[in-house]
Amino acid sequence: MRVPVSWLTEHLELGDDVTADTLVEAFVNLGVEVESVERVGDVTGPLVVGRVAEIEELTEFKKPIRYCRVEIGEPGSDGDAGETDGDAAEPDDVEDASDEMAGGLPKPRTNGIVCGARNFAEGDLVVVALPGATLPGDFTIAERKTYGRVSQGMICSAKELGIGDDHSGILVLPPGTASPGDDAREILDLDDTVLELTPTPDRGYALSVRGLARELSCALDVPFGDPAKLDVPEPEGEAWPVRVEDPEGCPRFVLRRVTGLDAGAPTPWWIRRRLLLAGMRPISLAVDVTNYVMLELGHPLHAFDTGSIKGDLVVRRAEEGEKLTTLDDAERALDPDDVVIADDTGVISLAGTMGGATTEIGTESTDVLLEAAHWDPASISRTARRHRLFSEAAKRFERFTDPQLCEAALERAAKLLRQHGDGSIQPGRTVVGEAEPAPAVTMPINLPDRVAGVRYERGVTVGRLTQIGCKVAVDTADDGTTLVHAVPPSWRSDLTQPADLVEEVLRLEGYDSIPSELPPAPAGRGLTEAQRRERAVSRALAEAGYVEVLPFPFVSDAVWDDFALPADDARRRTVEVQNPLEADKNRLTTTLLPGLLDAVQRNISRGTRDVSLFHIGQVVLAGDGQAAAPDPGVEGRPADDALAALESAVPDQPRHVAVVLAGQRLRDGWWGKGETAGWADAIQAARLVAAAAKTELEVEAADALPWHPGRCARLIADGDTVGYAGELHPKVLEALELPKRTVAMELNLDGLPLREVRPAPSISAFPPVLLDVALVVDAEVPSAQVAAALRDGGGDLLEDVALFDLYTGEQVGEGKRSLAYKLRFRASDRTLTAEEANEARDAAVAAVTERVGATLRG
Amino acid sequence: MSEASDKQSASGPAALAPDTLQAAVTAAEQAFAAAADLDELAAVKPAHLGDQAPVPQAKRAIGSLPKEEKADAGKRVNEARQAVQTAYDERLAVLKAERDEKVLAEEAVDVTLPWDRVPRGARHPVTTIAERVSDVFVGMGYEIAEGPELEAEWFNFDALNFGKDHPARQLADTFYAGDEDSNLVLRTHTSPVQARTLLHRDLPVYIVCPGRTFRTDELDSTHTPVFHQVEGLAVDKGLTMAHLRGTLDAFAKAIFGEESGTRFRPHFFPFTEPSAEVDVWFPEKKGGAGWVEWGGCGMVNPNVLRACGVDPEVYSGFAFGMGLERTLMFRNGIPDMRDMVEGDVRFTVPFGTEA
Repeated sequence: MRVPVSWLTEHLELGDDVTADTLVEAFVNLGVEVESVERVGDVTGPLVVGRVAEIEELTEFKKPIRYCRVEIGEPGSDGDAGETDGDAAEPDDVEDASDEMAGGLPKPRTNGIVCGARNFAEGDLVVVALPGATLPGDFTIAERKTYGRVSQGMICSAKELGIGDDHSGILVLPPGTASPGDDAREILDLDDTVLELTPTPDRGYALSVRGLARELSCALDVPFGDPAKLDVPEPEGEAWPVRVEDPEGCPRFVLRRVTGLDAGAPTPWWIRRRLLLAGMRPISLAVDVTNYVMLELGHPLHAFDTGSIKGDLVVRRAEEGEKLTTLDDAERALDPDDVVIADDTGVISLAGTMGGATTEIGTESTDVLLEAAHWDPASISRTARRHRLFSEAAKRFERFTDPQLCEAALERAAKLLRQHGDGSIQPGRTVVGEAEPAPAVTMPINLPDRVAGVRYERGVTVGRLTQIGCKVAVDTADDGTTLVHAVPPSWRSDLTQPADLVEEVLRLEGYDSIPSELPPAPAGRGLTEAQRRERAVSRALAEAGYVEVLPFPFVSDAVWDDFALPADDARRRTVEVQNPLEADKNRLTTTLLPGLLDAVQRNISRGTRDVSLFHIGQVVLAGDGQAAAPDPGVEGRPADDALAALESAVPDQPRHVAVVLAGQRLRDGWWGKGETAGWADAIQAARLVAAAAKTELEVEAADALPWHPGRCARLIADGDTVGYAGELHPKVLEALELPKRTVAMELNLDGLPLREVRPAPSISAFPPVLLDVALVVDAEVPSAQVAAALRDGGGDLLEDVALFDLYTGEQVGEGKRSLAYKLRFRASDRTLTAEEANEARDAAVAAVTERVGATLRG
Repeated sequence: MSEASDKQSASGPAALAPDTLQAAVTAAEQAFAAAADLDELAAVKPAHLGDQAPVPQAKRAIGSLPKEEKADAGKRVNEARQAVQTAYDERLAVLKAERDEKVLAEEAVDVTLPWDRVPRGARHPVTTIAERVSDVFVGMGYEIAEGPELEAEWFNFDALNFGKDHPARQLADTFYAGDEDSNLVLRTHTSPVQARTLLHRDLPVYIVCPGRTFRTDELDSTHTPVFHQVEGLAVDKGLTMAHLRGTLDAFAKAIFGEESGTRFRPHFFPFTEPSAEVDVWFPEKKGGAGWVEWGGCGMVNPNVLRACGVDPEVYSGFAFGMGLERTLMFRNGIPDMRDMVEGDVRFTVPFGTEA
């Protein structure tokens, strides 16, 4: 909320040395956020009160313009009687107004001023910035010709003077406030500083001058005069008949009535000024007074036009189908959860949030029924959000208002109406509900010290709790502990447990008095195997040229159609987001590919054609008929079965790793041609991941969308399928508008076996024997099978198998291909003879022949 | 010895005359020196070191000398032979060196040519900062905890002392997921991991949890609906706010340098009481060293401990949380949140594998 410093300090006994900066620092240390500090009245040069003597409507322009003659001072006050504009203006500007004023009386000084606003009339008092004045924003006023007239100054709006944001029209002062020519700076009390403050949401009391001043009194240790301490007279009878049917939503409901109000009475400048500086627009005396009291005391009030109320007031929940037109002219369909105030005609007010149009105070209202109620904060919060009505009243009620404040707030408003609107306060007061005192909170007196790790001086705890308004008693428990019992003040609903009291002591003593001290270090076990593994995988991929991206998990169902997934594919079983930011991206993805492919597209559209990306992240797998998460309450640790139910209600979210490559994997350059990324790169990425994860993958041909049916590998770890890799299906790429031959890999990182320790290999120092074999097999036989057979047949002596050539063509015949391997044989304990190596080679070839029908190529 | 007698023995014993030998050496030296390259040197070599060269011939003439002259003559011939050989070797070494130098000079390349055939990869700075933060805490004895991103409302809110009507639960801040009544949310902070940790780990507990979090903010230059936090939690006997401060000071120094430190401002969070906002002293702040809003912290609210089955009379704890994107934005001077979200490789590649 915005508050002028002068208002805040009105209730504090502050020394002269206290500046706005002092207050700002105090607020920061109190935990009240200072959003801005604005100097008000940064006006230099002549700023005077003027009276609008005459208005000439200029109609020849696009918008209506007024040319005003404004009296700006007594004649001859500075030795210059009469018109000051005579020599500057064109002849037609110098009208004969002066003649009309003739009759021997001295003419007041008047200036001609062009003005675009229309919210004033002849005779009104306004504020005039004369040529030479500089307004906030370094806006200097000069005499100038505009709209065919010479304008000798400016009639100011509140905003132009730096008082609030109200730019709805020029500032009209109440009659009698001042005389033309008076220094407006003084009349307007311009010199001030406005602080925009945001207290934390648990401190509803701090949304008021009363609460903020009290906070300052604690921070600065100065006496505080509570503006809510008023004489509240004993009532005589009721103000108006009321039935509260929902005491839970409305624990207190208090009414006071003021009659005989002068409907046209203007709001005094000091109230308007404070409202303006607080960022509110003055409207009428009754409305302004209720707003003023809300800002001052923190309790929102509502003013009904008594004459418009039909019958008893009833406080209840809305009924299905009921509607209300609120003060902002919006017709609102009410929810049965909304607390409302109704009369015989139906709902007349959305309780605590916004009044209704039918009982609105108007310019004719002379009889006002003032209401101050205590509403259930949660209920107000729901209503405000439901109707998107974040009114100043709702903002305070949803944070909790002081239930004992209702009477005083009403009294304050009623008295202001009597004083400034000539009203008479009726002797009756309606009071429904009692303000329950908050229960005492008890804690060991040294708890603040123990929590802070500080030894506070004796008396600090009691002193601080007393300062914030608690009633404090100290006694000794049976075990000798000194205890503090603190009854929180009525405006503090947030003090319910010892920790809350502790915070008050620590906060007011200052967080900066808490030392910096490391706790005794426990013996940690470092990262887990899975955490180290993820880092290793991430680093391996980056070092292999992949760039990490972190796409959002939100996808559209349509992506599965683009992926051409069958209707029963598990990846289509997604969890829905109820309130997505983009209506069509309302599903949590089951695979990392859509996000990666999006990122590929974005890079290509921005001119990067060769893209290798990776992403490691959680996916969400919707379970089958997963039960709703139960609510085990928060009274204590949930029972084991409740906890198990809670945890099993959360869908599985394994960590996946995926890569996508498009364009060139090796670049073209001065060295020659590059190489386009292909299916093999995707599969190699999977092997790289496995190696970084201390494991190996088996690979076999698979037909799995969205991959190309002939270029897709199933990735197998310990016999389980953990993912797929290869070239994406041409149709899928077409649907997604991705480059042809884009390749991808995705595997479930959590599905890889975790290996703590890698066993060491045994390295033989004896020389190897290298032998080449070329084997002709049926073209469909996977090379992995040939290699596996070679390994098995070659036995322990076969150290390494490396495929160095692939050949298909006439020499091997139709439907066949030749695979040429380098075999490296070595014994662990001796130099291998050529005969031994040849034997082992023959055994290896025999194994291939037996398993896949190979012949040695001649 | 006279010149005349020397000249008399020009062939045969005369070849052994000192002048003759000297002349042969000089001739050899001149011939080798005149050889411009190894080929020329090889061509002149036989004339001076070959069998028919003057010095070897002189050596053969020694046999015909009287016995008493043999020793002297032998010495002279040897000296001459060595002189010729030395001249040859030296010239050979020089020419070889010249040739080697020439070969190396010819092999010179333009080392400034680019060789970025394999494009460089990179890890996302959010990942690397998360690891860096984790490492700092692992060094302090903490362990890294993890939890699901789609979370039960109970863990995300209830267990953390958010009242049923707390504003943060509203659809305006929280993504709700699943069926209307499945009570699942995309976690709005990493704090549910606090509850999971307390429910499953033995006390004392010192953990940090880096992770992805979600709020219904539209993506713009300073907001993103999907972001990352790092959460810290310590629950032990006798933990104080001073310990919290000490821990965060150590954290700040590890990330922002020895000059750094923290400042606490009172704040409100449902799951901590007392609570504070943390400002960090950032020496590299734009426009001069200064405080930067960094995150939230506080002493774990006893209600949270109770909901997780920890006795607040015996144990106390502290917790803190920071936004990783926010940390990166001021630490690395990232101007726009969207840069971290969109996956443009031009943003990520310069970060390499360590941001």
